[in-house]
Amino acid sequence: MEKNNRSNHQVDFQGNGGALRSPWKMAWRKLRRHRLALMGMWVLILLHVFAIFADFFAPYSELTSDRRRTYHPPTKIHIFHEGKLVRPFVYEYKRVDTLRNIYEEDTSTMYPIRFFVRGDKYSFLGFETDIRLFGVDAPGKIYLFGADRYGRDIFSRLAYGGRRSLFIGIIGLVISLSIGLIYGGVSGYFGGWVDNLMMRIAEIIISIPSFYLLLALSAVLPTNIPPDQRFMLIVAILGFIGWAGLARVIRGMVLSIAKSEFVAGAEAIGASQPRIIIRHILPNTMSYVIVNATLSIPGFILSESGLSFIGVGIQHPVASWGNMLSEALNLSSLTRYPWLLVPGFFIFITVLSYSFFGDGVRDALDPRSRTV
Amino acid sequence: MYRYILRRLIYVIPMLLGISSLSFFIMQMAPGDALTTMALSPDVTDEIMEAMRARFWLDQPPYKQFFRWVTQMFKGDMGHSFLWHAPVTWVIKQRVFNTLLLTVVSLIVAWALAIPIGIHSAVNQYSWSDKLLTFFAFIGVSIPNWFLGLLLLYLNLTRGWGLPIGGMTSIDFAEFTFWEKVVDLARHMVLPVIVLSTGTLASLMRYMRSNLLDVLRQDYVTTARAKGLAERVVIYKHAVRNAINPLITIFGFQLGGILGGASLTEIVMNWPGIGSLMLNAVQGQDYYLVMGNLVIGAIMLILGNLTADVLLAASDPRIRYE
Repeated sequence: MEKNNRSNHQVDFQGNGGALRSPWKMAWRKLRRHRLALMGMWVLILLHVFAIFADFFAPYSELTSDRRRTYHPPTKIHIFHEGKLVRPFVYEYKRVDTLRNIYEEDTSTMYPIRFFVRGDKYSFLGFETDIRLFGVDAPGKIYLFGADRYGRDIFSRLAYGGRRSLFIGIIGLVISLSIGLIYGGVSGYFGGWVDNLMMRIAEIIISIPSFYLLLALSAVLPTNIPPDQRFMLIVAILGFIGWAGLARVIRGMVLSIAKSEFVAGAEAIGASQPRIIIRHILPNTMSYVIVNATLSIPGFILSESGLSFIGVGIQHPVASWGNMLSEALNLSSLTRYPWLLVPGFFIFITVLSYSFFGDGVRDALDPRSRTV
Repeated sequence: MYRYILRRLIYVIPMLLGISSLSFFIMQMAPGDALTTMALSPDVTDEIMEAMRARFWLDQPPYKQFFRWVTQMFKGDMGHSFLWHAPVTWVIKQRVFNTLLLTVVSLIVAWALAIPIGIHSAVNQYSWSDKLLTFFAFIGVSIPNWFLGLLLLYLNLTRGWGLPIGGMTSIDFAEFTFWEKVVDLARHMVLPVIVLSTGTLASLMRYMRSNLLDVLRQDYVTTARAKGLAERVVIYKHAVRNAINPLITIFGFQLGGILGGASLTEIVMNWPGIGSLMLNAVQGQDYYLVMGNLVIGAIMLILGNLTADVLLAASDPRIRYE
């Protein structure tokens, strides 16, 4: 009977032209109107897809190096041959000056760009395959953004490095969010000396300049561990540093929510304390948390790239957008091989997109601007 | 008010104890101890190592080391830097001035530009200049400052701007006259200051813009206009003063980050400040120096936040601390 009633309601309201919408749908409608936010969202989706399917998009594997092509400049793509339009092709580059790594195009052979070619092997969902989006026949090489000191393709390493540089933001966020939410929730709900003690501990972490703390903690990491483990440890450190500020805000919100009637109601019907905190109180902080989350992901990305850039984060030979830039710290490399700077633009675009997107999300979730 | 400040200052002491135990704990987790790098040197015999260990209490259990370090610290001695062969306090003192010079100048530049630009943007909302400034603000906020540093270094070197790169002074600095010294220092500061102030400038001018826009919508601004005041008076005497108030909190944050916030910029621009010192200390496993830096940085942060609260209370009569 009751079920029937409910479905009747829904039919009624839908007949009304969708007058009753869930808050999430309303937020989504608002977000869709925010052009910059949508643009940011699409750029972010593209970048993440690029990183997830790095094996497919990158013409070479992450560690493929070529000693004969150190600091190879970005390959020019030609579409005209003897005045006629032809399918895009590249020339092989010959190194004419080994000392300063100066290259010239060798126009004797054309290497047309082919799609869905066989390249370095990789495994995808358990399958061994070697299909890559594009490439050129050997011995030609295509370096869209040039090559680094070991002749590794910067474009390919951007894709693989994105796996770490982009996802470190999301994983770090999940870690610091879960600690921050539970810590702040418990502290605010119990109050009294528990609250006092917990907040003092959080304040200690807030009081140390985060970059110093990051540096000190990265010194703790053992140097001879595999790159994957090091990556996880760096993420853990970033998450560990980020939670305290969030916990303090959540605690403040919980403090006021805990006084409300529905919490008293839940207590009266005998709900357990963890249940009250997790099911009744924390969901009310959601819109703040979501806004805070989208706006704080860039912070994690910047911290990781900064640490890797100065050589204490993710370390060679594994790529991250930060450590790819560390070669540019050498001023003579920087002036001679400016394409080393490309990863920096990727970081910049990622952060920019997140701030556009985060702005849109904030406007969409802000109840004060509910005009839709 | 004074009682409030005093209470907050007393409260710093247990905080410092917590911060120093955390720093000490982190350094205890690190592989090896402060003398590990020294032990690698072939000149250092086992006897010397034993003597050194005993001298710096490294043969004692950790809790004794910690107790000694903390008591010494409250006397103003933060231990010995093995990288510099000098007391940690001396090493930090050498660098603190450089960092402060850089950050304070950058803050002044950022504020001096951000306030007028923000006012201009708000008053001419949606004009082409506002849109252009907003565009630059988004770039300024999003560009990592160390990457901006690299870009500027690249442009400086390839476009022939002729600005010096790295360091604070030229080699023959000691022989310069006073004014030559000032000019030389200023030329070295141009790039680091641009790098460091860009982000602050961009976010500050956005804050200023939105605050002023909020204030301009208030009733008392309409009243001021209605009674026939000149628009200039309305904006500068009535609106701007109220719009600047919330920025004081941000100023406090910036005061807190005045030592730690410049680290990456210092490292990229090769500025001999406390951030690059910290990196060297971490890389060289100079544990007392790392711990000293953590504590000094934290003290600055706490004092910065306190200053912010006091400034806020002083500027806004609605805020009162008991």
